[in-house]
Amino acid sequence: MSAIPGITGKAKTDLPVLLPVGPAKTIGSDPLMVSRWLANAPWWTPFAMLAMILLWPLTAYAQGSNFTYTDAVYTLFRWMPFLVGSGFLFNVLISFFAMLIGTVFGVLLGFAQISPLTPLRISAKWITQAFRNSPWLVLLFIVMLALPFEIEIFGFIIDIPSWMKAVFGLSLPIMANIAEIVRGAIQSVPTAQWEASESLAFSRRQQLLMIILPQCFKRMIPPWMNWYAILTMATPICSLLGVEELITLSRQAMEGADNHPELLVPFFGFALLIFFAYCYPIARLTMRLERRFAVKL
Amino acid sequence: MVSIKNVHKSFGSLEVLKGVTFDVMKGDCVCVIGPSGSGKSTLIRCINALNPINSGSIQVEGIEVNDPHLNKLELRKRVGMVFQQYNLFPHKTAIQNIMMAPVTVLKEDKADVEVRARQLIKRVRLEGKEDSFPGELSGGQQQRVAIARSLAMNPDVMLFDEVTAALDPETVKEVLVTIQDLAEDGMTCILVTHEMGFAREVANHIYFTDRGVIVEHGTPEVFFKDATDPRTKEFLSQIL
Repeated sequence: MSAIPGITGKAKTDLPVLLPVGPAKTIGSDPLMVSRWLANAPWWTPFAMLAMILLWPLTAYAQGSNFTYTDAVYTLFRWMPFLVGSGFLFNVLISFFAMLIGTVFGVLLGFAQISPLTPLRISAKWITQAFRNSPWLVLLFIVMLALPFEIEIFGFIIDIPSWMKAVFGLSLPIMANIAEIVRGAIQSVPTAQWEASESLAFSRRQQLLMIILPQCFKRMIPPWMNWYAILTMATPICSLLGVEELITLSRQAMEGADNHPELLVPFFGFALLIFFAYCYPIARLTMRLERRFAVKL
Repeated sequence: MVSIKNVHKSFGSLEVLKGVTFDVMKGDCVCVIGPSGSGKSTLIRCINALNPINSGSIQVEGIEVNDPHLNKLELRKRVGMVFQQYNLFPHKTAIQNIMMAPVTVLKEDKADVEVRARQLIKRVRLEGKEDSFPGELSGGQQQRVAIARSLAMNPDVMLFDEVTAALDPETVKEVLVTIQDLAEDGMTCILVTHEMGFAREVANHIYFTDRGVIVEHGTPEVFFKDATDPRTKEFLSQIL
């Protein structure tokens, strides 16, 4: 937030011109809410989380049991390499591929939304709104149950593992949200740029690729990364469908250790910690890019 | 060269042009003046089909603009346009702005275009600014790059839409000198302008529009001295 030189203290009116200048602090919903919140977390947040996990028994578990909290933490340490190596790796893998597919189709859908062809434009808008405003879990269920578990191409039977179906399911809402980012960014370029390039006889495709997109590409990066963070944090819902990711494996590990209630905090606390550790740098970077690419008009 | 016949244009229920007719010959420099909202800018935007017209006919070098099968790209290769707000491409340098359209649209050889672009930069007196980005140039300099950018397409007609309206009085001059050079070299120009002194100096013919019709027209000498229409007289008395 940049201060106006020579002015100290708060403005006494609420005139918009007197509000402090900051990137993207616009009226309306904040597109980077998740990243902003994450990035504003202080650097010692993970340590606080760790301390809370370790100090938990002092407050909660005073009742006598053979299985102590120390045992629970020890169980977690034993499982940790497996949870990270086979569990969290899958979360990252799912988020990566869902983002890839979502971005490719999202960009196409975004272009379709500004197409001069009315049927294409309207159907693209409908698709976008439908997938943007549907519960992710429902989309995921539909894809999981509708897609076959194997497909036959030229006599070869190809298995579709469940994590790949999860990728498709999650890429749908991502696609719709990326489409909105693309549409919004393109429409943020002044129409005068379209007119100027139009009067120089550029075709519509040339205008889009050579004049408009280069001007708004940078503006799309922060919201795009924001959606990656949201997607990554949403990957645990795949566990409801039996995909072997971090949360599924954590639950299996806890079952393996007889489901003692003492296990809950260490295991799920660890899951929170690792998601935070992964998404926090992304959020910080997003905010940095957001500040750097703030629109100068 | 450019022939405008009985052109009507409405934005919704608002009729902006109500039957405008005039002809521009090759090498002419025509100024369209008139109060704000009289349809001047709309008229020249119609000439290169940025705004479609409702009825009437506009012909540019034999191309009918009011034709549903109009090849807009073909038309715009012949008609250059300069805007009030310059509208340079902010992500390209001055010389790239000038070279872009000939290279991508006309598919000309890049080296040839660069030679031409450097000549054009010289012509608009911006030597040394080739590699500056629009944000680093003053308004007047940006506008001259915009003029060079349009000229690079070798158009038959140049349209100027209040090109000095966003400039301060000092930089207005440098842009006007550029346009005057062009007109003296025989480029066909259609200008919408509020610069009366300039119009008097460079125009062969002046058209005065008010409320969507041409109220009065004539050569600068006649127009500024012996205007007959009361509306024109009133306008001129306020300005001169």
